[in-house]
Amino acid sequence: MAIFSVYVVNKAGGLIYQLDSYAPRAEAEKTFSYPLDLLLKLHDERVLVAFGQRDGIRVGHAVLAINGKDVNGKYTADGKEGSSGIEMLETDTFKLHCFQTLTGIKFVVLADPRQAGIDSLLRKIYEIYSDFALKNPFYSLEMPIRCELFDQNLKLALEVAEKAGTFGPGS
Amino acid sequence: MYGMLFSIRSFVSKMSPLDMKDGFLAFQTSRYKLHYYETPTGIKVVMNTDLGVGPIRDVLHHIYSALYVELVVKNPLCPLGQTVQSELFRSRLDSYIRSLPFFSARAG
Repeated sequence: MAIFSVYVVNKAGGLIYQLDSYAPRAEAEKTFSYPLDLLLKLHDERVLVAFGQRDGIRVGHAVLAINGKDVNGKYTADGKEGSSGIEMLETDTFKLHCFQTLTGIKFVVLADPRQAGIDSLLRKIYEIYSDFALKNPFYSLEMPIRCELFDQNLKLALEVAEKAGTFGPGS
Repeated sequence: MYGMLFSIRSFVSKMSPLDMKDGFLAFQTSRYKLHYYETPTGIKVVMNTDLGVGPIRDVLHHIYSALYVELVVKNPLCPLGQTVQSELFRSRLDSYIRSLPFFSARAG
């Protein structure tokens, strides 16, 4: 913790590597509960105070922990970002479910609002995608999926989900 | 926020397989749920809650009809269309929210 920075300089004098690790000297550390009197902003991978001042915490101070869980930049210590994208959108005629994979592929399902079991259906579709689209040597990533086996298995999974899930009239 | 809600509303009206009556109601992420209610006059009531909260359309309707209409629209000193400055509206709204069954004192 007593090491502040590392710089690597080549023969010509150019900087080829830089590492700054300032240990936060915690000159003032305070715990607040909601509502906050401070305005926070994301800056340089850390959440800093942008406006407002209270009990010695001024502009430039960084958020260290939330509800007891340590904060690492803009993520909590267990790796989850502040909030995910929209996972479910509800209207009076349909419910839209969205599942985003770690690689950025989004699976979107529109269903009846009363239909249950969509979360497992989304994961099942992900499984079918990885089995019949990704493992297909003739399929290129990010391209439209034209794999027969993918269509067939997807329709089968939909039938299973419809039979098992819905609690509305007519199935 | 208005842009996001407008885009979501037009997206919902295009995607809907059946004819819609109320339109977009709510969306949720892994951390919060946003509830939406719009009146025919274009007033939009938005509430962000925890994930465990169910449909609260009637709550938002009550906020509009019993609080906004009564205390802001019918108030000759409140100019419509601008930020609501009324302290009475603020305090009544605050006590109404605190009285709701899903409002937890733990949140402060």
